[in-house]
Amino acid sequence: MAKMTLEELRKLRDSKKNDLRKRDTEGKNIQVIVGMGTCGIAAGAKVTLDAFLKALDEKNLVDQVLVRQTGCMGLCHSEPTVEVLMPGMPTVIYGKVDAKAAKDIVEKHLIGRELLDNLILDRPAVDIINAK
Amino acid sequence: MAYNHYILVCGGTGCESNKSDEIYRNLITEAEKQGVKDQVQIVKTGCFGFCEKGPIVKVLPEDSFYVEVKPEDAHTIIAEQIVKGREVQKLLYKKGEANKSKVAVEDIEFYQKQLRVVLRNCGVINPESIDEYIAREGYVALEKALFEMTPEQIIEELKISGLRGRGGAGFPTWLKWDIARKVPGDIKYMVCNADEGDPGAYMDRSTIEGDPHSIIEAMVIAGKVIGSHQGYVYIRAEYPLAIDRLRIAIEQAKEYGLLGKNILGSGFDFDIEIRLGAGAFVCGEETALIQSLEGKRGMPVPKPPFPAQSGLWGKPTVINNVETLANIPVILTKGGAWLGKIGTEKSKGTKVFALTGKVNNSGLVEVPMGTTLREIIFDIGGGIKNGKKFKGVQTGGPSGGILTEKDLDTPIDYESLTALGSMMGSGGMIVMDEDDCVVDVSRFYMEFCVDESCGKCSPCRIGTTQILNILEKIARGNGEMSDLDKLEEIGKAMTKASLCMLGGSAANPTLSTIRNFRDEYIEHIVDKKCRAGKCKHLVRFEIDPNKCIGCGLCARRCPVSCISGEKRQPHVIDASKCIKCGECYNVCKFGAVIKK
Repeated sequence: MAKMTLEELRKLRDSKKNDLRKRDTEGKNIQVIVGMGTCGIAAGAKVTLDAFLKALDEKNLVDQVLVRQTGCMGLCHSEPTVEVLMPGMPTVIYGKVDAKAAKDIVEKHLIGRELLDNLILDRPAVDIINAK
Repeated sequence: MAYNHYILVCGGTGCESNKSDEIYRNLITEAEKQGVKDQVQIVKTGCFGFCEKGPIVKVLPEDSFYVEVKPEDAHTIIAEQIVKGREVQKLLYKKGEANKSKVAVEDIEFYQKQLRVVLRNCGVINPESIDEYIAREGYVALEKALFEMTPEQIIEELKISGLRGRGGAGFPTWLKWDIARKVPGDIKYMVCNADEGDPGAYMDRSTIEGDPHSIIEAMVIAGKVIGSHQGYVYIRAEYPLAIDRLRIAIEQAKEYGLLGKNILGSGFDFDIEIRLGAGAFVCGEETALIQSLEGKRGMPVPKPPFPAQSGLWGKPTVINNVETLANIPVILTKGGAWLGKIGTEKSKGTKVFALTGKVNNSGLVEVPMGTTLREIIFDIGGGIKNGKKFKGVQTGGPSGGILTEKDLDTPIDYESLTALGSMMGSGGMIVMDEDDCVVDVSRFYMEFCVDESCGKCSPCRIGTTQILNILEKIARGNGEMSDLDKLEEIGKAMTKASLCMLGGSAANPTLSTIRNFRDEYIEHIVDKKCRAGKCKHLVRFEIDPNKCIGCGLCARRCPVSCISGEKRQPHVIDASKCIKCGECYNVCKFGAVIKK
């Protein structure tokens, strides 16, 4: 790269900041957890995961959302499954989340703050266990 | 394709010597082999500080903190965590043996009381990537210094922050800069003192290895303030990794136009060159450092004139220690008041310590000034190894003193340490337990000072040798009570009359041990006894005939075959042949070998 001016340095910082913020776990209070057991992966959870990362990037949400993987949630009939934790919203598990659905979740649930009724599968696993 | 995982591998010297580089390479190969190289970014970072448990590998976003990782674990990490999304349980840091569950990074006791200002980027960014430094508010302070603030304003900020030299003496940084700024002259120099020489200290090395750009940024700022256009980093050749990373960082900064002519179009020029030192302890003393930079033999010269008035090649020169400089960008970015809120009344900010010796969690520790030794040694350091008893802690290396049990609750700052007869020094902290002998420790440090004394002034040259002679005499069991007075007399003379602080502080370990452990010295002199068993001439091994069952293990292990006896009969040690290695004492399962 050629010698930079002040403006170029600032621009570079902004773009790189985004890259590095993805690594941070602090201060992110929204979590998207993708079930990545064998069943999930076989059903296309990797594509789902990528779709989430891409959608978050596009919507500039990497600062707030932590995308994590977990093992099998035990809902193998509806893989890929995705759990969404967000302050002020009920925690839900979505089932059969493909790339398109992932994009919808980002746009409607995370940004629009409304649940996607047709995709909701269950309450979170912890609640189900506690209820029994 | 976006990354869904990030693996941070510690690239500090401690972990590298434990094959962290191989771990890094294996992770890359494995990621490729298992087809996930597009999903995971593998980054080599600076020191995480928790060297005791190295090599350290951290995986994000799960925040998995893996300790004591081996190169062959790379396969498992990739296969389990990256491919299947499962943490590798056996590598996770666990608190104690009983607790088998994962401990979150912020809950690890080692990190809980720490506050990372100087080490803010260590273990977070890739030190060989200027982009990652820039992303973490890097060079923001430089922007301010070049375009928004006047030199007077910057000095004012430093004054508010209360930053003092972290090399040990604690001279106010703003004052140093202000003096150099006000001296007329168009050629001035900015020098970074990275000649860290205390045994057991590695704060500066780790800072440069983990975050080299913070030093470069601070030097340019200093250049702007004092009106210097040339900087030198004086670093010892024994720090190859730090030198490499600094070189890469300087090249990157030049390429981006953050060093060189017309920085960021501001019209300000500043360049940095690296100068390698041969590793002489005295060259950390600023006047000796200047001599060495000029190509002469590294020997101190009398002050005044101070370097800020007449330094390198007779020009006004500011010399700042690595850790001091690493604070500068933070002060300008967050404001002097931010740093000024941390610490004690006269010592502001944080201090990095290299915690080593007989402590459970040795490592690189950064705490607010005013933290007590007890917190550092027992909370962060996890207490003494093998449940032994704490005896003392050596702060400030060969120039410092030994602090004991009674000093554990003193809040640490420049003044309190000096009042206790030690000093802040650069930040080495060596913990000793009941198995360490104070005479032996003093002897070790004095031997170091004899080697490192440049020989220019007689108080230091002759004084160190004489003290060493007397200490060796005591250790051999030939000491007399008058020797203690002699040690104190010579020590005081050296402290007063030496040309530089090497000689001026060389007697500190001896004087402080005599003050704190006079009874142990007397024991060596009068009773001819060394309770720690370190002074070999004073130790005698014997076998208790009532306890010995005659297994013969000690006889087989004795390297000089001085133990004899019939099978199943008590054995005897031939004291005339014994070399006092202690092997018999260590191997006896029945406690029959007695150390006297």
